[in-house]
Amino acid sequence: MAENPTEMKTGLFDRLMRIDRRVIFVFISVALIVPLFFNVSQRIQVSPEVQMLNDAMSKVPDGALVLYAMDYDPPSAPELQPMAVAAFKVALAKKFKMVIIGLWPQGPQQANMAFETATHDPLFKDVKLTYGVDYVNLGFQSGNEAVIQKMGSDIPTTFPRDYAGTPVDQLPLMKGIKNLGNFDFMVNISAGYPGTREWVQFGADRFGLKMVSGSTAVQTTEMSPYVGKQLLGLMGGMRGAAEFEQVSGYPGRAIKFMVGQSVAHVIVIVFIVIGNIAYFATRKKRGA
Amino acid sequence: MWMEHPGWVLFGTWVAALFTLGIATFLYKDNPVYKFCEAVFVGISAGYWFVSYFWQTLLPKLGYPFYAGVKTMFVGPAEWGWLVLLIPGTLGVMMLLRLVPKAGWIARWPLAFIVGYTAGLRLITFLQSNAMTQLQNSVQPVVRYDASGQFLGWESFNILLVTVGTFAGLFYFFFSQEHKGVFGRVARVGTWFLMITFGAAFGYTVMGRMSLLIGRLDFLLADWLHLIR
Repeated sequence: MAENPTEMKTGLFDRLMRIDRRVIFVFISVALIVPLFFNVSQRIQVSPEVQMLNDAMSKVPDGALVLYAMDYDPPSAPELQPMAVAAFKVALAKKFKMVIIGLWPQGPQQANMAFETATHDPLFKDVKLTYGVDYVNLGFQSGNEAVIQKMGSDIPTTFPRDYAGTPVDQLPLMKGIKNLGNFDFMVNISAGYPGTREWVQFGADRFGLKMVSGSTAVQTTEMSPYVGKQLLGLMGGMRGAAEFEQVSGYPGRAIKFMVGQSVAHVIVIVFIVIGNIAYFATRKKRGA
Repeated sequence: MWMEHPGWVLFGTWVAALFTLGIATFLYKDNPVYKFCEAVFVGISAGYWFVSYFWQTLLPKLGYPFYAGVKTMFVGPAEWGWLVLLIPGTLGVMMLLRLVPKAGWIARWPLAFIVGYTAGLRLITFLQSNAMTQLQNSVQPVVRYDASGQFLGWESFNILLVTVGTFAGLFYFFFSQEHKGVFGRVARVGTWFLMITFGAAFGYTVMGRMSLLIGRLDFLLADWLHLIR
């Protein structure tokens, strides 16, 4: 005798409710790996926050003095490094004078790597930069928000030496830089505490620093309320990085990675929908 | 530098790749390889932070200035500014007394200092940045026009949404009145706004985790196996 179709359907939903998590891992892995092998890209729609960021950076005059605060470390690099690279490319194009610092110990090192990637772009092969004149890396300074507070009044005593140990008074670019008020603009790439929130609170709101931020996806919703007067633009996660690469005209790794990201998101959504259908279909049976 | 030698780079890439795979085995199930990789990671992280703070904080902020100050006492001209370092130095030693069971209570003093200092430093900034300025940013005309007098429908709708969400959210967190009647319905709208916010945060978290996985996969396929460029 044939099985009751309703029971068959319930059995299917029961099985769907018990999908092994490893099955989902396989789907996600395939979704992320396969696009890496193909030179495909997707259309990136630029969000208002990233458009604002790009507009704000575009308005900074050529040759302006810009502070780059790199507050992240290698675990966040897949999201944040493309932002840093694109931000440095903008700096190279606009001949910004760059002062790089980090409130995270590995931030200045990440900045050096991003800077090197940016300068190796064939677009900037003719750009010749001199360390100490066109850019400096002041390295890491411990103290979290207290460092920002102190930078508001005296940068040379906050960072007495650069990343390589050279006294700042021997760096021509640092001559005349007294405090945060000397900077025309600031770019912060942040993975958490201390990061964008502290720069907004102590740098932007207290000392009037004009700043934009790139943050990890996880903290983007917490930073979004600052966008407007306190934060002139925000890139959130890899999507934000891809949008900035797109709008700034320097396509890079974030755009490349977005295809896999999008496919994986579709798979997550499909599994959420399947899970919910199965849940509601089996709810009556479970007497809920 | 010796670390940039191609041999060391290759060795480092292999170690990183094998540890990545070792950690990834947890996706199948818990196993000794994962435990080993996890223990190595925790140990190296702790060691790294210790060394980092020792060289980048303890010595430059306390050790070197203290030594230089003491040196002036013997080779002159004597300077007394270094004496102020005795305060953080003493507080630091007091904090370490947590490790001594009988003297552990002494660590409460430096902790009290940290709590007091942080509260004082952050109270004003939070009040200014997260309360007053946010409030100022939220109070905007709901009906927006551009410079030529054209009505901006989408912007107006967004501001209306922010206004409704802010009020409804505040109603939800008003616990001194029972959530019933009109008050309860507005609070319920607030709950929906909160749920959408949490959903957006969770969506961003998923994206963040995917990005990290893409980063590792890219490392394995490009830097280690050279299968992609």
